[in-house]
Amino acid sequence: MSNLTKEQAEALIAEVLEVYPEKAKKDREKHLAVNDQSIEQSKKCITSNRKSLPGVMTIRGCAYAGSKGVVWGPIKDMIHISHGPVGCGQYSRAGRRNYYVGVTGVNTYGTMNFTSDFQEKDIVFGGDKKLAKLIGEIEGLFPLHKGISVQSECPIGLIGDDIEAVSKKAAVEIDKPVVPVRCEGFRGVSQSLGHHIANDAIRDWVFGRDGKDVKQEFVPSPYDVSIIGDYNIGGDAWSSRILLEEMGLRVVAQWSGDGTLSEIELTPKVKLNLIHCYRSMNYIARHMEEKYNIPWIEYNFFGPTKIAESLRAIAAHFDDKIKAGAEAVIAKYQPMVDAIKAKYNPRLEGKRVMLYVGGLRPRHVIGSYEDLGMEVVGTGYEFGHNDDYDRTIKEMGNATLLYDDVTGFEFEEFVKRVQPDLVGSGIKEKYIFQKMGVPFRQMHSWDYSGPYHGYDGFAIFARDMDMTINNPCWKKLQAPWLKKPEAEVEMAKAA
Amino acid sequence: MANIMIRRSDKGDYVFYLPKRDLEDTIVSMEFDTPEKWGGEIKLNNGGAYFIEPQAAPARLPYSVRAKRLDAAE
Ligand code: SF4
Repeated sequence: MSNLTKEQAEALIAEVLEVYPEKAKKDREKHLAVNDQSIEQSKKCITSNRKSLPGVMTIRGCAYAGSKGVVWGPIKDMIHISHGPVGCGQYSRAGRRNYYVGVTGVNTYGTMNFTSDFQEKDIVFGGDKKLAKLIGEIEGLFPLHKGISVQSECPIGLIGDDIEAVSKKAAVEIDKPVVPVRCEGFRGVSQSLGHHIANDAIRDWVFGRDGKDVKQEFVPSPYDVSIIGDYNIGGDAWSSRILLEEMGLRVVAQWSGDGTLSEIELTPKVKLNLIHCYRSMNYIARHMEEKYNIPWIEYNFFGPTKIAESLRAIAAHFDDKIKAGAEAVIAKYQPMVDAIKAKYNPRLEGKRVMLYVGGLRPRHVIGSYEDLGMEVVGTGYEFGHNDDYDRTIKEMGNATLLYDDVTGFEFEEFVKRVQPDLVGSGIKEKYIFQKMGVPFRQMHSWDYSGPYHGYDGFAIFARDMDMTINNPCWKKLQAPWLKKPEAEVEMAKAA
Repeated sequence: MANIMIRRSDKGDYVFYLPKRDLEDTIVSMEFDTPEKWGGEIKLNNGGAYFIEPQAAPARLPYSVRAKRLDAAE
């Protein structure tokens, strides 16, 4: 199907909105828009970061998910207690593929689940004693851990436990940081507020320790940078890091994929903060800019065009040696990029994609699709804010669809009508679209593949997209006896 | 009164940031912008307006300061 015109896209939105009752329609209307690059400010066309409508199928998570799952969880040498009933932590355990090196259960704890397993009596009498006991047990069982974070689940805020007091006391007892995080799931409208709360907790409870937990002396260099907002999904941070190192920079910290507590504590000593996921970690970068005078820039390591742009932008903050280094890196990988494009572009050229993801990917991955000759015809954020859409409008073509906090119904209808060649979203959407016969890639977990960042990641990205879109299975979804006669004719011809 | 943070963008304009609401926007006008007197009424690109007690310009940006909301957009 050819692309929609602006009028058709508007008509499509209106049609999809038809089924809602009047009030719901008015609300959802504001979250759906047709992109228009001439608009400077996204708030003129789309509303975001609002409470989801009761009764619709939203795809969002909660503040606890944003803090424990995204920001804190990947810090591998700390133990993150899911404080409250067992479910929140257990059902999300190891679900996010933020890779790390280390021996799990000995010096790293990424895929384990620690919980205070609240029972009725804890709700009635309070769980502070239990938390204190739990911290003592952790210290006994896992003596090599570097610190503890207490990730509050909903009940903690509801019953009014004083986790701050317990944490302060325990931190003195075990002489390690114990960080209370007030990320109860009911706070805010989505996981986004959880990111913010988590960032603030790092600011107050980790930076506040003034590097007390860094055992080795730190010798600064003029080329120190940190990678902020890369969660090492499938190894993303690693394939980013090597590029920065090849151009001559020293990566002091990874936030937070494969990251450690001492890396976090050393970050205020770097020269430049590099932000990949703006939505989840801009807060801490803003803080470091004000307090420690460290500038920050956003970068994008998806697809060769954006990588080259970003490498140059990063290098512009340093001397000629780094600038030359950036050019050398770009030149070094050019043959590889050419080979990838020569192989995959003919197979993917002109294919159309619809995305619906989280923090940065709805806009960041557009470049890598375009590098493969593909086109993104619709995109949206689960929990984006205005500033995310401001940044997205420029990346998207005119008359493409933008949908904020899209509902299950809207997304299905859009896909039915736009008929993209690929949908990129999460696990909850995957099987719906596959059953509809639409090729699908999970763009949160990279469908158990990855990394997709950096030049090495681009090779894998291209292969995966080809593998999915051109998979012969999509032609076999219809039962043979339902096949149209023409198909039979063709088959007969082919035989 | 709300805590806001003012920084400079790559293009050199002032950028307004309200952490409490995650609101980021460029400042289109600031009443006083000299080293001795800085602040006053500021207007945002989105139409909102805030007031910062006029003061000596901060030595370095970003700078966090209390501001009063005069007229919020939205
Ligand atoms: S909303 Fe509350 S109960 Fe549900 S997963 Fe989040 S923290 Fe747990």
